[in-house]
Amino acid sequence: MSVAILRERDYLIASIQSDLTDAEVLELRDTLSERVGRYRARGIVVDVTALDVIDSFVARSLGSIAVTARLRGAETVIVGIQPDVAIAMVQFDLDLEPLRTALDLDEALTLLDRRTQGDGEDGG
Amino acid sequence: MEDEVRIPITSDADLVPARAEGRALANSLGFSRTDATLIATAISEVARNIVVHAGCGEILMRPQREHDRYGLVIIARDAGPGIRETEAVLERGYTSRAGLGLGLPGARRLMDEFHIVSELGKGTTVTMTKWRFRDELERLRDKRHRRG
Repeated sequence: MSVAILRERDYLIASIQSDLTDAEVLELRDTLSERVGRYRARGIVVDVTALDVIDSFVARSLGSIAVTARLRGAETVIVGIQPDVAIAMVQFDLDLEPLRTALDLDEALTLLDRRTQGDGEDGG
Repeated sequence: MEDEVRIPITSDADLVPARAEGRALANSLGFSRTDATLIATAISEVARNIVVHAGCGEILMRPQREHDRYGLVIIARDAGPGIRETEAVLERGYTSRAGLGLGLPGARRLMDEFHIVSELGKGTTVTMTKWRFRDELERLRDKRHRRG
């Protein structure tokens, strides 16, 4: 799969390297869900800079990555949505509310730090 | 015209080259980056519609010249089961069995023209066009710009 998944502190960073097939998008969702549990991750960053098309399926899948991760105890931030891609995305009547976004990785990590602080003790 | 591009669609993996070819053709025809993205996104939607509802089909793309305007025509056709109510499919909020009801209305909004012809048991053909000038206003602006 053309997605690199790295660990950074309590977070998983999924960096999409090239256009993905639908099957690869679903695989990414499942892999992230599994790794959130395995590494006890508190947050996920999905970098979509390499995607020059985000159609309704991919947009909905990003939303479902976020919802799935939340059920597993992690927050998701999408980074790198290109301006043209954003223009196309609003043409779909999609509920983009579950998608928390940031412009770049730095901002995403700051956002996650803020959101995962005070969310209760880690217990570890 | 030899500029015509034909892409067989047999699985979701074929959406990747369909999007790439659509963008490349749009770029070569002088569409803006944004328009090329909208075109590639619309192609992705109609191609997925083929995969989900018909299993296989094809996408044809070709430049279109009409009077003073220039555009790109995308034709998505399949020999699948067809769509009973094409109008309903294009309405907001319509959800088909596979839950892909956003695709075709989305594609229609991304393009300038959008027609769907479907016959039960025979298949579906979607024809959609993007003109290089989005609207009259932009065309006028361009004219004025050329005049100096």
